[in-house]
Amino acid sequence: MSDITDLSFSELKKALQEKSLSSTEITLAFLERIESLNPKLNTFITVTRDEAMRSAKNADTAISRGTATAYTGLPIAHKDLFCTDGVLTTCGSKILSNFVAPYDAHVVSRCKAAGLVSLGKLNMDEFAMGSSNENSYFGPVRNPWDTDRVPGGSSGGSAAAVAAKLTPLATGTDTGGSIRQPAAFTGTSGIKPTYGRVSRFGMIAYASSLDQGGLIAHTAEDLAHGLGLIAGHDSRDSTSAERSVPDYTEVLNGSLKGKVIGLPKQFFDDRLNNSMRDAMDMVLEVFKSLGASVVEISLDHVAEAIPAYYVIAPAEASSNLSRFDGVRFGYRADKPTNLLDLYERSRGEGFGSEVKRRILIGTYALSEGYYDAYYKKAQQIRRLIRDDFNHALASCDLIFGPTTPSTAFVIGEKISDPVSMYLEDIYTVATNMAGLPGGSFQAPMISGLPTGYQLTGPAFGESIILNAAHQIQMATDWHRLNPENF
Amino acid sequence: MSLTSDHVKRVGRLAQLGLTDAEITETLTQLNSILSLVDQMQQIDTKGVVPLAHPLELKQILRADAVTEMDQREKFQNTSPQADAGLYLVPRVVE
Repeated sequence: MSDITDLSFSELKKALQEKSLSSTEITLAFLERIESLNPKLNTFITVTRDEAMRSAKNADTAISRGTATAYTGLPIAHKDLFCTDGVLTTCGSKILSNFVAPYDAHVVSRCKAAGLVSLGKLNMDEFAMGSSNENSYFGPVRNPWDTDRVPGGSSGGSAAAVAAKLTPLATGTDTGGSIRQPAAFTGTSGIKPTYGRVSRFGMIAYASSLDQGGLIAHTAEDLAHGLGLIAGHDSRDSTSAERSVPDYTEVLNGSLKGKVIGLPKQFFDDRLNNSMRDAMDMVLEVFKSLGASVVEISLDHVAEAIPAYYVIAPAEASSNLSRFDGVRFGYRADKPTNLLDLYERSRGEGFGSEVKRRILIGTYALSEGYYDAYYKKAQQIRRLIRDDFNHALASCDLIFGPTTPSTAFVIGEKISDPVSMYLEDIYTVATNMAGLPGGSFQAPMISGLPTGYQLTGPAFGESIILNAAHQIQMATDWHRLNPENF
Repeated sequence: MSLTSDHVKRVGRLAQLGLTDAEITETLTQLNSILSLVDQMQQIDTKGVVPLAHPLELKQILRADAVTEMDQREKFQNTSPQADAGLYLVPRVVE
């Protein structure tokens, strides 16, 4: 048998069921690997070793007593944006660098209830703002495929930890591409569910009308298992959808015969570089060989998704982040002279530069006299984008495209030019604006670096996405490639 | 339009965000490049389009007016930098 940490979440599930491995053995194997490799990658902010070993022991007891769920004893790690009761929850920020959450996020409590073993908390761009994981107060995460390169962001710690086999499954969040883009950069599979599919309770808010929790793992099958655990209605999030959750694993083996894949002409114009186009063509050939057909579609307003996103997301962020005031939690500036000084210095010293930029843009866009030109305009464009998707999805089952314009870039390359960083999400942002589910899955490598293709489906159509990606993964081995030194 | 450092100072005050002069200078160029990206929106004719605030256009859900939360004041105040006797402590506001 291969090393324990080489196994995917689904393979580990099988091993636990067959009792060929115990949860304690599995947990220890991942903890040891984290200990030896995390210093090279900086994926974890907190490793909860003792708690993990305790949960693993409890899981083994439950398994031997026959009281276990199908997932009891399997490891997971959480993006440090999900509140974890009694465990440091930093959101990658200095302002929360001492914040021990007093309760569990819905996603975390669902995982605990299923008996999953949490290994710890994963590094991320501060407040989920970034596409490179360079904006973390706890330092950049490195890409296991090339440690001079970024893993993407904002769920960069989640993606790099899965790619380096430090955890088989990780939670992430996606506001404009923050699960899909790092999945593409690290050769992992990631799913951003439909807005409302997964409760946002206990997720530290960035842009509330766009944020959605999801997962990163090695395969679509792993994601199907994980999504079933975390999806579903939660009365504590008023935007959580009251819809039943299907068994996502049940539909994985459905045939793709007769399925129609839509290619937005705006994603395949002459701005797409040749190597990425070739990689996408290879994926499309597999779709065709499995019986799917390909049609051209149009998303007329997709080019305006990034400009509109950089109004809506910062506007919502400026409001959400006003709660960090140095009074109720987190960092407080030293010796404040008065209340205003306390607010201004706690926030000025506690937030990093990208967070400050977005607060400023958002505050400006919402300030008197500018509302119609910015926020209202952006929301009007948002409707046009959503209507484009609805129109396109009437003539196809899934929308296909590259997840990113290129492979992972070098650390430091884009950090001083925010706009070039923002354009990293050019293919992913529109999906969030429309609230639709999207996944990124492994495509052929380019010059030794991973790439991803993206599938966007109709609202609550996660099963269609996971089915298609699973069928591709059954027919290819792009998802089986591992970084050489990890 | 492009921002000046006075705009940035004003917006910083509105956001209660302390910014040093060096930060204002550095961020000014970046904010202007972000705003010129954002201004690409103006190329689209949106006359008569109803703004979309929320992707699923959900209605607010109502619940029974019943007590569902326990008092956990002490637990939640544990995370405060300075709290005492159930109160958050801040510098004196009224002389």
